[in-house]
Amino acid sequence: MKKALSLICALMALSLSVLAQERPQAYVGARVIPINGAPIENGVIVVQRGKIIAVGASGSTTIPADAETHDVTGKVMMPGLVDSHSHIGGPAGGDSSSPIQPDARVFDSLNPLDPTLKRARAGGVTTANVMPGSGHLLSGQTVYIKLRNVTAMDDLVIRDAQGNGMGGMKMANGTNSIRQAPFPGTRAKSVALMREQLIKAQEYREKIRKAEGDKDKMPARDLAMEGLVEVLDGKRIVHFHTHRHDDILSVLRLSKEFGFRVVLHHVTEGYKVADQIAAAKVSCSLTIVDSPGGKLETMDSEFQDAAILDRAGVVIAINTDDPITDSRFLMRSAALTVRGGLSREKALYGLTMAGAIMLDLGNRVGSLEAGKDADFLVLSGDPLSVYTHVLQTYVEGKKVFDRTDPKDLLFATGGYGASKGDMDMDDDGDGGER
Amino acid sequence: MIESALNLKPIVFAILAIGAAIVFAGCPNNASGQIAVRGETVHTMAGAPIPDGVVLIRDGKIERVGPASQVIIPDGYKVLNAKVVTPGLIDAHTVVGLSGYLNQTQEQDQLEGSTPIQPELRAIDAYNAQERLVEWLRGFGITTVHTGHGPGALVSGQTMIVKTTGDDSPASLISAEAMIAVTLGADGLGKAGKSPGTRSKAVAMLRADLQRAVEYDTKMKGPEDKRPPRDLHLEALARVIRREVPLLINVQRNYDILSALRLAKEFNIKIVLDGASEAYMVVDQIKAANVPVIIHPTMARNLGEEENLSLETASILRKAGILVALQSGYEGYVPKTRVVLFEAGVAAANGLSFAEALGTITIDAAKLLGIANRVGSLEAGKDADVALYDGDPFEYTTHATGVIIDGKVVSQEVR
Repeated sequence: MKKALSLICALMALSLSVLAQERPQAYVGARVIPINGAPIENGVIVVQRGKIIAVGASGSTTIPADAETHDVTGKVMMPGLVDSHSHIGGPAGGDSSSPIQPDARVFDSLNPLDPTLKRARAGGVTTANVMPGSGHLLSGQTVYIKLRNVTAMDDLVIRDAQGNGMGGMKMANGTNSIRQAPFPGTRAKSVALMREQLIKAQEYREKIRKAEGDKDKMPARDLAMEGLVEVLDGKRIVHFHTHRHDDILSVLRLSKEFGFRVVLHHVTEGYKVADQIAAAKVSCSLTIVDSPGGKLETMDSEFQDAAILDRAGVVIAINTDDPITDSRFLMRSAALTVRGGLSREKALYGLTMAGAIMLDLGNRVGSLEAGKDADFLVLSGDPLSVYTHVLQTYVEGKKVFDRTDPKDLLFATGGYGASKGDMDMDDDGDGGER
Repeated sequence: MIESALNLKPIVFAILAIGAAIVFAGCPNNASGQIAVRGETVHTMAGAPIPDGVVLIRDGKIERVGPASQVIIPDGYKVLNAKVVTPGLIDAHTVVGLSGYLNQTQEQDQLEGSTPIQPELRAIDAYNAQERLVEWLRGFGITTVHTGHGPGALVSGQTMIVKTTGDDSPASLISAEAMIAVTLGADGLGKAGKSPGTRSKAVAMLRADLQRAVEYDTKMKGPEDKRPPRDLHLEALARVIRREVPLLINVQRNYDILSALRLAKEFNIKIVLDGASEAYMVVDQIKAANVPVIIHPTMARNLGEEENLSLETASILRKAGILVALQSGYEGYVPKTRVVLFEAGVAAANGLSFAEALGTITIDAAKLLGIANRVGSLEAGKDADVALYDGDPFEYTTHATGVIIDGKVVSQEVR
């Protein structure tokens, strides 16, 4: 009896939530920052079945008659943040057995219930590129996730039209991946090892092409080579950790030689080679830190990096590299680029749309437009102000964070139980770093 | 590196010139020069903010502070304008100058690992006034730092208080021995099987040494022929026993905080709690013991011993009437230092009022460090340490536009 009752309750709750998704939800009265257009002072956002169905000014935007209306007067609404470089959920890619591990999927290591995900929701992050560390030349496959409130990893992943989980490939150069053999001992060796594997992948791909579907002629299946072929074919964007100006140029050289799609990450000295990055039409996902140094490669970090890259014509996204920056402070990082001379508009674009494009998700997330996923934030004020709090975070129309709920607030402010505390700055336990 | 920084400067100024509200009339850089700082808002931290205020500076000291309607700027004074003027900021605990920005072994002097208790290590013997991180903090308006040996050993050494002038002149030094740095809890345990291996052992070792210091101090007060040979280790701890120097106890867990309070009571010594991320769980005990807290950086990572930290702790402690100052702390990786200006801003967004938050990096920090007679507020007679901003100093997008230490303009960079 008790069982049957709870089943009925569960079914009712389910149908209610389906109903909530069916019924249009209208958020009325906020200052809306759509990213793809000018801010709307008294705006309306209508969402239904996880999608945005209308965005516009109050009065001139049709609200369906059956819509449930939410008064958000005095608040600010913007798209959910896209964090193009994050380590939330406890990612662990390749181990210490070799420097290049394209078969290691970070997907297989993540914990969807990790408190870091809850803090990311509190910070307004709705989409993230979760990556393994930078202690390898290639530490594994990254995964693009939505910060849905789910318990299974499979439900967190963003899928393409064919239903395949989406992600990129994490590579790194510079000092983090220079370690004891079999890892490289120098920069030149680093590039040589990477080129060697990419050439092997070209050959592997060629064998498959020549087999023309003939099973007997196909090479033995090689998971690592498969990962690299996806890189060569442009199906998997390379997310390349790089700091020093010469290392940045090494990435551009490698990308040109093998024709892979690449996003530069961190790009600490990007301002020194901004024109070369712009000429290569490569975009940059920047991590903003409060002071220079901490390691040799970041000795010349400057708040002006983003502004100088932008003036050269480079597309800029801002990332957390959580735990380098806690996900709750992603908007702060963007504000610091404004302190360094970037325009407000570009900084807000860098929090949302730019990252979406870098993850091949530009048609789905990153701006408030009809047809896009209903990933949005309700803020207490301007997104670039220190005094602003994220009040609510929505992913695909569902509220995943509410500051008025004490259980959620704990992850916004911190406090007893807000962290597991066991996440190391260094995810593979053998000297690698973020 | 220097070359590239120079190349960058014109670009930086071009970008920021529009946003910079400050106008430098001339280039006042004479230590004995007479300067008038005029601010649309002057936060003196000794009374209500003054709209359209003036701070007159002469011979390195503050001469007069008041509204422009009352404080007439005398002829010959160089005038600096800013939107917001504050006292030079104080970082109540850092390791800059001992811990270098490159994070290489040869410039990490904040921690020596040969033995667990080394109160004889003096900060002044390791402080590099020209370290880049000192300059970095100065550029944001931080004019005084309490720096020295870091957390990570049971007793890591002494701390000092110094102006961030970047020069090595003795005049920059406020206190050569401010406190003695202690770490309780897991962060203070020995590495690789070395003692102390447990919390109990750590406290036992510390008690044993403090007891030896009590005996040493007694003997040193006795007849000259019965005095023991001079012992630098016990000499330093004896100053703690005599309540001349407090222990700066870095401690995070609520029960370790209580251990620190117990220790203070047992030996009747002065202590300052440092870090104290779980202080919100033992507020009454801290209050009852009348112990001040140099709270962790607001944005510190909630990892390891600090896993339970809260953005609201500074506010909770302040509301309980506990004296609170903010610190940049110790960072082992990137960023190599935090900036208390930023940390105070986030505290202001999480429960502290603007004035309270500014207090944690000015007047309250000065009181906690025992240097409020010289710094921490804009009052006649105090050191002329002043910070200028082009807006609310806590806003991320505001810039520091000028910094004055002891009446000398030490930074005009827009940062």
